[in-house]
Amino acid sequence: MTGRRTVVTGVGVVAPGGATRDRFWKTVTEGRTATRRISFFDPSPYRSQIAAECDFDPDAAGITLAERQRADRYVQFALACSTEALADSGLELTDAERDVTGVVLGTAVGGTMALEQEYVRVSDSGRRWLVDHALGGPYLYPALVPSSLAADVAVRHGLHGPAQVISTGCTSGIDAIGYAHQLIVDGEADVVLAGASDSPISPVTVASFDAIKATSPDNDDPAHASRPFDADRHGFVLAEGAAVLVLEEWEHARRRGAHVYCELSGYASRANGFHMTGLRPDGVEMGLAITDALRQSRLSPQDVSYISAHGSGTRQNDRHETAAFKRALGEAAYGVPISSIKSMVGHSLGAIGSIEMAACALAIEYGVVPPTANWATRDPECDLDYVPNVARETPVDVALSVGSGFGGFQSAMVLRRLAVHQ
Amino acid sequence: MSVRAVVTGIGVVAPSGVGVDAHWRTVVDGTRRTGPITLFDPAGYPTRVAGEVSGFDPSAYADARQLVQTDRWTHLGLAATKLALADAGLPERAPDPYGWAVTLASSSGGNLFGQRELQRLWGGASRTVGAYQSIAWFYAASVGQLSIHHQFKGPCGVLVAESAGGLDSLAHAVRTVRRGTPVVLAGATECPLSPYALACQLRSGLLSDVSDPEAAYRPFDRSAGGYVPAEGGAVFVVEELGHALARGARVYGEVTGWGATHDAVHTGPDGAGDPGRYARAMRLALDRSGVGADEVDVVLPDALGVPRYDRAEAEALRAVFGDRPPPVSTHKPLTGRAHQGGSALDVATALLAFRHDTLPASAGPRRPAPGCELDFLRTPRQPRSRLALVCARGFDGFNSALVLRGAPPAPRGAAE
Repeated sequence: MTGRRTVVTGVGVVAPGGATRDRFWKTVTEGRTATRRISFFDPSPYRSQIAAECDFDPDAAGITLAERQRADRYVQFALACSTEALADSGLELTDAERDVTGVVLGTAVGGTMALEQEYVRVSDSGRRWLVDHALGGPYLYPALVPSSLAADVAVRHGLHGPAQVISTGCTSGIDAIGYAHQLIVDGEADVVLAGASDSPISPVTVASFDAIKATSPDNDDPAHASRPFDADRHGFVLAEGAAVLVLEEWEHARRRGAHVYCELSGYASRANGFHMTGLRPDGVEMGLAITDALRQSRLSPQDVSYISAHGSGTRQNDRHETAAFKRALGEAAYGVPISSIKSMVGHSLGAIGSIEMAACALAIEYGVVPPTANWATRDPECDLDYVPNVARETPVDVALSVGSGFGGFQSAMVLRRLAVHQ
Repeated sequence: MSVRAVVTGIGVVAPSGVGVDAHWRTVVDGTRRTGPITLFDPAGYPTRVAGEVSGFDPSAYADARQLVQTDRWTHLGLAATKLALADAGLPERAPDPYGWAVTLASSSGGNLFGQRELQRLWGGASRTVGAYQSIAWFYAASVGQLSIHHQFKGPCGVLVAESAGGLDSLAHAVRTVRRGTPVVLAGATECPLSPYALACQLRSGLLSDVSDPEAAYRPFDRSAGGYVPAEGGAVFVVEELGHALARGARVYGEVTGWGATHDAVHTGPDGAGDPGRYARAMRLALDRSGVGADEVDVVLPDALGVPRYDRAEAEALRAVFGDRPPPVSTHKPLTGRAHQGGSALDVATALLAFRHDTLPASAGPRRPAPGCELDFLRTPRQPRSRLALVCARGFDGFNSALVLRGAPPAPRGAAE
């Protein structure tokens, strides 16, 4: 099966600031921030009271009543953007093709929103350890097992290829798309709906990040709270969202004359083996993942025209990541535009890796690099070109998307304009 | 020439026992290890029987820091991984960190830990959770801890396909080996036994409510009425063949092929999955192994224990094997169903069967239900082709199958 290549032929996004691909792209290229005070519940007991929420209308997104009853919010996001991505791809699947079309989706925390709401009911607001199972809703089991994410998308579209959920924390989005890429290259699938979804804006997740002071406490100014690479940053801003890409084997896409956004040419991950939440400042493992992804792509550091950074806005991440770029790219790190869309759409945990890859595909398509919003003050430790505040028109032939997550996982993906004559 | 991946170490931490020898004895003797739930008082629940790892002492496998930072599910995973490495004759810390990795399946994360913290958040005086909730509850907790402890710094993964993922983790380990990482730990452990996790599972409609442990979980039997949940599972050392041979490792067998499909239908109150799609996963696993259906020595089935699903599984097996089905042997009734850990445990059983040159008898059914009349292995027998097909299904439509080719048996009298 050597020689098989993976291309992106469809993109679907549900993100804060816009629940479709086009609105998402408008938000991030205009440099608008979608972070705000949490509206889903009263956040006043918590240290961090801000988040990037999606204004998601299930009816407008075409979610059926049966799907709404069954599926937690993060699953509904994936249903919506998988449909958008499929429509964008123009794929009309035959029965035979449905057998070789898979679904691989990432999520960091799965159905915790539904699980927490149901928990409050069955435990009488935390009073009962031996919860009253009879009070539980009919779809409590799908909430417990995040495999529901891939299952529900497969059911909606009638897909019978391999289905899988990848849950490597905050690199889930990149890793799910990487897993799907491997299925295509190895001949296990010809088409895969790949991406990730998370809707973690519920009290237990907010409290969890409060407990380790990972999220920003800048409650007075939510719109400017997510400040990657800025000297005055105070942590990440929690978010929700999803993106799904239609990945297709290149010959399959070529035969049907599909529009191709780009090729996935390299995917790699490494673990730092250091700490569940801590990062060493040297960025060694992220650097190794980047180098491996470029090697698979047969590209040099100078070829990279855009980096979609993890850029979470924590001091340790931004320093770690800047070191990783310098380690992997050498002098070329100083010349490449780097940005973090988390400055605008926040950090949606497992989902954001796939949203950032959607942004890379759109950057290649439109020749525009989204900015890092809220950048005001230079940090001596972060001395690269972070595309401050204003999008930049520039041809993007090769985009590098990276992610870093709890557990020490570091992942990198290279997306490149399709070189037809290779 | 394709890179080949073999299993060189097995760590079992399951109701059947801790360690491969204890597990094998349970399987060979056919001893049922399920019983009344002791991790909490189950009196208020319709399901009161489960498979627990009785007498498990996590402090023998995890240090004080790990014990407080992680859930019981992770303790089980730390133990299984240590046992697998020792069984493989490999050191506890990877000598070549970037050449070693770990990919486990986890279908529900750190349930006991998570419920305690939810109780603190909602029932306590302050709206807070402890500092470790953010790293103990989520699905990647075990793999993260393992990566750090053992210095597995290659490409790591966490898979969720409900009960099917234990097989998928081995398939992914082989993909990872083929891409240049010579040692990959794979498999799954689970602990879905907290009051809240049980309440969630009860909504699947698939659990047994029979309180007599002897009768509670009888797949393919006329009296089948659901499954008994369980904790635990198995972890494997999957190693590139040349790497294993160079160090003189004992080889259990080779992972030669796999297949995964999805029904694209939900597990409803009346549904039974799609036997055709399930059969397709099995055929893919055989085809990719270059193995004909008539060569298979033994099938370890999913054995859900829900009549309509048992019939569907028998139908899928008949679709693949026609009128000459190989013997079927299931041991899940002895342990209960540990979700993704359960499918991993079946892989351990198959590899140990080849190691011991004995295909163990099936734990039931006593009286096969109509439609489930398969060739259940009633007495142990010697393997011939040394090919096993292990099958698993996951809630809401996941199907996976894995083909294992056993290495020649251990010499008689060899020290084990």
